[in-house]
Amino acid sequence: MSDAREQILGGIRAGLGRGRLGEAEREALEARLAAHRRNLVPARAAALDHVGQVALFVAMAQEVDATVVHVASASEVPAAVADYLSTQNLPARLVIAPDPQLDDVPWSERPLLELRQGMAENSDAAGLTGCFAAIAETGTLMLVSGPESPTRNNFLPDTHIAVLRASQVVAAYEDGWERLRQRGAMPRTVNFITGPSRTGDIEQRLVLGAHGPRRLHIVLIDDAQSRE
Amino acid sequence: MQATSHAFKANAHRALGNPDLQRAMGMMRTGFPAHRAKAIARLPEFDALRDDGIAIKNHVLANLDFYLETFEKNVIAQGGEVHWCRNAAEARETVLAICRAHDAKTVTKGKSMIGEEIAINDFLEANAITPVETDLGEYIVQIRHETPSHIIAPAVHLVKEQVAESFRDAHKDLPRERALEEPRVLCDEARAVLREKFLAADVGITGANFLVAETGSSIIVTNEGNGDLTQTLPKCHIVLASLEKIVPTLEDASTLLRLLARSATGQEFSTYTTVSTGPRRAGDSDGPEAYHVVLLDNGRTALLGGEFQDMLRCIRCAACLNHCPVYAAIGGHAYGWVYSGPMGAVLTPTLIGIEEAGNLPNASTFCGRCESVCPMRIPLPKMMRQWREREFSKHLAPKAQRWGLALWAFLVQRPALYRLASNAASRALAYFGGARGRFRSLPLASGWTDMRDMPAPQGKSFMTLWAERRGRAERSMTPP
Repeated sequence: MSDAREQILGGIRAGLGRGRLGEAEREALEARLAAHRRNLVPARAAALDHVGQVALFVAMAQEVDATVVHVASASEVPAAVADYLSTQNLPARLVIAPDPQLDDVPWSERPLLELRQGMAENSDAAGLTGCFAAIAETGTLMLVSGPESPTRNNFLPDTHIAVLRASQVVAAYEDGWERLRQRGAMPRTVNFITGPSRTGDIEQRLVLGAHGPRRLHIVLIDDAQSRE
Repeated sequence: MQATSHAFKANAHRALGNPDLQRAMGMMRTGFPAHRAKAIARLPEFDALRDDGIAIKNHVLANLDFYLETFEKNVIAQGGEVHWCRNAAEARETVLAICRAHDAKTVTKGKSMIGEEIAINDFLEANAITPVETDLGEYIVQIRHETPSHIIAPAVHLVKEQVAESFRDAHKDLPRERALEEPRVLCDEARAVLREKFLAADVGITGANFLVAETGSSIIVTNEGNGDLTQTLPKCHIVLASLEKIVPTLEDASTLLRLLARSATGQEFSTYTTVSTGPRRAGDSDGPEAYHVVLLDNGRTALLGGEFQDMLRCIRCAACLNHCPVYAAIGGHAYGWVYSGPMGAVLTPTLIGIEEAGNLPNASTFCGRCESVCPMRIPLPKMMRQWREREFSKHLAPKAQRWGLALWAFLVQRPALYRLASNAASRALAYFGGARGRFRSLPLASGWTDMRDMPAPQGKSFMTLWAERRGRAERSMTPP
């Protein structure tokens, strides 16, 4: 439908009362794109030090019904996960994303946890993933797709357990984009996740767990103190 | 869908007499505005962010050709395709061709107002492809064979008893007498039914809240996660988007996202904000194998450079619906087409013509709340006035209204005559009003007297009182 394309672009130019943009104008717009200039970023998180940002992240995530547990290191993750599943009365079974970030978690210390590594299936009641970053401003997790992090693992299981390191917490979405650009190409999917799934579509009454996870549990590894 | 905007008055009448609708709208009236007010009070920069957001949108509109070409180039570079569609028919054919190429039997859908605008569900069904709405509200209106009555809360016009009844009718394999009193139970049932649909779908169709030129990405925001399952599990992801959704960079999108959820539901951020770029990458174990963006014009480019251009800044947050006394009284269906409330009153005539939709810009009290809560500061009341002027100059307004206005205009341009006529009229009314001082019915004024009595004028007119007062004041200032 190249006719349509030309007609739409022509209609835009006619409406704007001009022809194609000149070389200089296009270059200015290319430069605007390349600069990734930030617009106003609220002071809420940006004005805090990193410890304050982590605390804000936790408070904001809890406000939208996520639960957060602090652990000192990756070695404490298996116990924290096992405790969480048992206090929620959930089976001690997990599908784990094949994320190298989780390689230092000593699962063998909890032999009663039944683990499967890979892509989540509909039958998986609980899943565990890593994170790419987290946004303090609104208590938001940032996950990116890749061979090590299938997108469906963030959505299919009823319970989503996310392992986050305090050093991954940034102030604002813009900081997340900056980290992603440093990493390289855009992944197929970037998921910003702020609390568990919800709906208010029936009489505006809040119900958690509409289609995605009913529970979002964040295991926060406090690895960032040395940075301060 | 067949527009019934021309029948707005009858639609509105029916809505006002519908007790279920009135109960549902009562809940909406208080919920959304209170949540929005609270969220905005927590963000001191909200107004400054609005200014930034408006600047982004205006910049994009002034350079729309460049950003669309850049977007297309980057979608292709990531392995996706962009389909330019001038109108609804082209968009429908494009979607159908993609579905056929993937041999699709069922299609899951995330919420998309463009999907409503091009009536894609009816078209797919007519072509033996089953579309399944997956947003809970959209699913409810789909099984009731209705359309959404609100751009972000499609089933806001219903009470839970109606939803329960529809579920009993639609989910026939479940025991008829099951308990369905609570939203929690209704939601769980929909979740179980739709999970199977997600897993079986061949194609997933979503809308887009934003398209990002820099990366060739589409962005959706949802609270349920239905959009994510829709676009992750099937082998093909189709994005339906109108072309003004474009923003230059991820930074620009972030600014607009800060405005969107707060203005819409009063959330700090929607539960799921998802940025999708092309099909799955080499090595990825999931994600769609194909990514198509259906880019729809449908009359939007014709707004550029004209008096309705600012409408293209709209980010579909629905704050104007949520704060509109007219919308709150009658709900969205009375507006007779896809878009309702103040944004619908301005946008609908641009898309389906003022001849069909002339009633909508007249359905306003001009209280101005819509403009004051619009994150994009779109001058909605001004635009409704512009539509009224166009309607009048096209001789589309009803005859009685035209003649009445012409007579009034004739009189007000002749103050002496106006005073003479209005004095005579008020004296006559006062006389005939008699001891009761009010009228149960009056010729030419049934629009008023059908609902309430018309009080008869009493005492002197404003002009007479004013003249007397000035006379007294002048006398009292005269030195003795």
